[in-house]
Amino acid sequence: MQPPVQTTGLTKRYGGLTAVRDLDLTVRAGEVYGFLGPNGAGKTTTLRMLLGLIRPTSGAVRVFGARPGEPGHLGSVGALIEGPAFYPYLSGRDNLRLLARYAGTGAHRVPVVLDLVDLTDRAGDRYATYSLGMKQRLGVAAALLKDPRLLILDEPTNGLDPAGMADMRALIRRLGAGGCTVLLSSHLLGEVQQICDRVGVVSKGQLVAESSVAELRGAAALRVMAEPLDRAEVLARALLGDDRVRVVDGALELAVGPQRAAAVNAELVGAGVAVSELRLRERDLEDVFLELTSGGLTHVA
Amino acid sequence: MLRSWQAEMIKLVKRPATWLLLVLALLLALLFTYLFPYASYAGGTGGPNSDRTLPMLLPEQLVGNSLGGLPVFLGAIVLILGVLTVGGEYGWGTWKTLLTQGPTRLATYAGKLLALAVAALVLVLSLFATGAATSVVIAGVESQPVAWPSVADLAVGLGAGWLIATMWAMLGALLAIALRGVALPIGLGLVWMLAVQNLLAVIAAPLLDWVAEAQKGLPGPNAGSLVAALGATGDTPGVAAVVGGGQAALVIGGYLLAFVAAGGLLLHRRDIL
Ligand SMILES: Nc1ncnc2c1ncn2[C@@H]1O[C@H](COP(=O)(O)OP(=O)(O)OP(=O)(O)O)[C@@H](O)[C@H]1O
Ligand SMILES: [Mg+2]
Repeated sequence: MQPPVQTTGLTKRYGGLTAVRDLDLTVRAGEVYGFLGPNGAGKTTTLRMLLGLIRPTSGAVRVFGARPGEPGHLGSVGALIEGPAFYPYLSGRDNLRLLARYAGTGAHRVPVVLDLVDLTDRAGDRYATYSLGMKQRLGVAAALLKDPRLLILDEPTNGLDPAGMADMRALIRRLGAGGCTVLLSSHLLGEVQQICDRVGVVSKGQLVAESSVAELRGAAALRVMAEPLDRAEVLARALLGDDRVRVVDGALELAVGPQRAAAVNAELVGAGVAVSELRLRERDLEDVFLELTSGGLTHVA
Repeated sequence: MLRSWQAEMIKLVKRPATWLLLVLALLLALLFTYLFPYASYAGGTGGPNSDRTLPMLLPEQLVGNSLGGLPVFLGAIVLILGVLTVGGEYGWGTWKTLLTQGPTRLATYAGKLLALAVAALVLVLSLFATGAATSVVIAGVESQPVAWPSVADLAVGLGAGWLIATMWAMLGALLAIALRGVALPIGLGLVWMLAVQNLLAVIAAPLLDWVAEAQKGLPGPNAGSLVAALGATGDTPGVAAVVGGGQAALVIGGYLLAFVAAGGLLLHRRDIL
């Protein structure tokens, strides 16, 4: 079967600015893929190219094997790109009915998707009167209208309150579990961490890392607060090897897994060092992200 | 395309601005074609041509009277409708919503244009209907005989009116696509229709032969010539027989197709932001 999304050498230039550079992206069937990057990284531009809204300068896009503009390219794709856009003089429900007509899907899905995003109560009100979060929910409802096999969501939790965000994450996880492929962009790491199977990190239009969340975060480390610190450092180096021991913010950071914690503790305490704290420190995705997107091109396999 | 057309019709019908424009068009047409001339006739202030006023208001003149406004002010209203229908998608950012539903850009565009053509037909039919009703009332009040134009004349008149109105709507659509919005296309469209065309005809053409010749190729003067050939009076702004009716109809048809093609090309090729 053709992958839901495949781009090869995808590039978009605006004058002298390269918004997306030579991007090879593959989203596999059934996965929830997080497209992560800081402001202006080229996420929205990429998603627009997938949907045929903008033309690549070079490179190719395939959605379920079809090129943008070919019949069937968008047949089973639902999308919400850069904020919802609807007709202000129509109600939320009428907006969805209208889109169902364009899509040729019939209106039977309208109450279903309104319910999914929890908007049934206000569906009869004019779109112009909706709050930011309600507009966003309607946008997600519209993306679900076709009962899509591929869902493309550009910052879906934008404008939602914490409960709304949690609902939205749950909904996306549910859709993913139900066999729908989801490609979502975000700069919220926590969000991506919670719902995505795989993430791709873009920076300045280039894919700088692509892997599972766990891989991206890398190996765990032990953080040890001990007194006196220099004595503890010497002992740790002797025990674990020089390259596994660093001093960070007045504490030892040991590049070993939790299974070595007891041994480290026994060694230090046995040598008369006072250990006031010893805990597992997972590398924060936030750090990884900042590292990847600010500095040069670090490749995480 | 059929699906897009149905959806566009729904949007058009549910949009309050559509009805405002229709009511405005009918009101303006009634006022300037019938009510003001009739008031001047009834009040005896019609001047030396007063005896020529009444016959102009009777059902027999229905075709010319219904078409007279289309070269300029009714045309301007249809142009606004064209701009709103297409430009609204830019203003609200709804192109991306529409164009991710499935139908291609050109199918969506065709649906829009079809809906605009239907709206233009509804406008022209309404102009004829309100004109017919008003002239019958005037004939009744003034105890004049009621004679209707022939069916053939009516059909030709309706067709010509539809052609002209659709051409303006397509110009509006093209301007909206070219300028990606609503405000500027309406502004420029109205300046062209209400001011520039008039200045060309009234000031420049009498002074310069080449302007007079060039005018014969512009959409406005051709619309004016077509309706003049079908009986609209030369008192209405923009109505003047600068070319023959048949030629005018061809030129207008040519403009219609050119506007449609140019708009389609731009929409097809440009990025949707
Ligand atoms: N139409 C355009 N003309 C010129 N430059 C553009 C255009 N659209 C996008 N860009 C530029 O391309 C780059 C990528 O923009 P894009 O919207 O894809 O970023 P993004 O990753 O979605 O950012 P954000 O997280 O802020 O939404 C930016 O530098 C932006 O200024
Ligand atoms: Mg974006």
